[in-house]
Amino acid sequence: MKLRIFVTLKPGVLDPQGRAIQHALGSLGFDGVNDVRAGKLIEMDVADGTDDAAVDRMCRQLLANTVIENYRVERA
Amino acid sequence: MNTAVIVFPGSNCDRDIAVALEQATGRRPAMVWHTETELPQGVGAVAVPGGFSYGDYLRSGAVAARSPVMRAVADAADKGTPVLGVCNGFQVLTEAGLLPGALMRNAELNFVCRDVELEVANADTLFTSRYQAGERVVFPVAHHDGNYYADDDTLDRLEGEGRVAFRYVAPVNGSARHIAGILNERGNILGLMPHPERAVEPAHGRDHGRRLFEGLLEAVA
Repeated sequence: MKLRIFVTLKPGVLDPQGRAIQHALGSLGFDGVNDVRAGKLIEMDVADGTDDAAVDRMCRQLLANTVIENYRVERA
Repeated sequence: MNTAVIVFPGSNCDRDIAVALEQATGRRPAMVWHTETELPQGVGAVAVPGGFSYGDYLRSGAVAARSPVMRAVADAADKGTPVLGVCNGFQVLTEAGLLPGALMRNAELNFVCRDVELEVANADTLFTSRYQAGERVVFPVAHHDGNYYADDDTLDRLEGEGRVAFRYVAPVNGSARHIAGILNERGNILGLMPHPERAVEPAHGRDHGRRLFEGLLEAVA
């Protein structure tokens, strides 16, 4: 079973990387980029039948740092 | 006092901090590999060194924080054993949940490697008793992810409870409220980004870090 886990910075947490990307886009002449937030996409192949609770624990215990990050799981 | 230095794949300040501890205690620390499940008997203080454990994969310190030895470190801390985390060690301690907050990418995105001036914000701790409150010292920093973040309530609590041990005198990495080092609630765990172990003898240029190790020895002995 394939999973895609999106890890994103919580709203309100400053994202220096996103800001640098935004700035670089501006330098390339792309106007009107109001905000950029950079995150991670983690693709996993897990055993069929892996339950939601286990995936949630994977996210909370390792894949995301819930002090600064949110996560969202998408089943392919 | 017997001490232990935790070693992860990618640690690179483990030997420096071992030298600093040996200088203060007169005894060579036990070097404890990350796969160990117990610390040696009779360890009076534990150091989690700087470096790039697991290549900083996923997040700095994230993988190291889940290694077997960290359970033993958490158990020792629970019993009151002092734990000092420097640089990557600080990142590991926050990732392990032993210290609050998180260390994010430096605000200007650059790796900062230079001497920085610090203010001792609290001199009444296991680690800072040989300094004066408000005293300025210089330790080197060398990090990419030293931008301390915590929510406002946590920051207020850290400040209110005297748990900010060191602050940067001038901004270095975007750290919230210029925080360079913090303590846990009980006061026996210190995490700091600057490297006291790289300033322990005249050959280092200065020895401002030496008193941290001496103070720790005095507090534990």
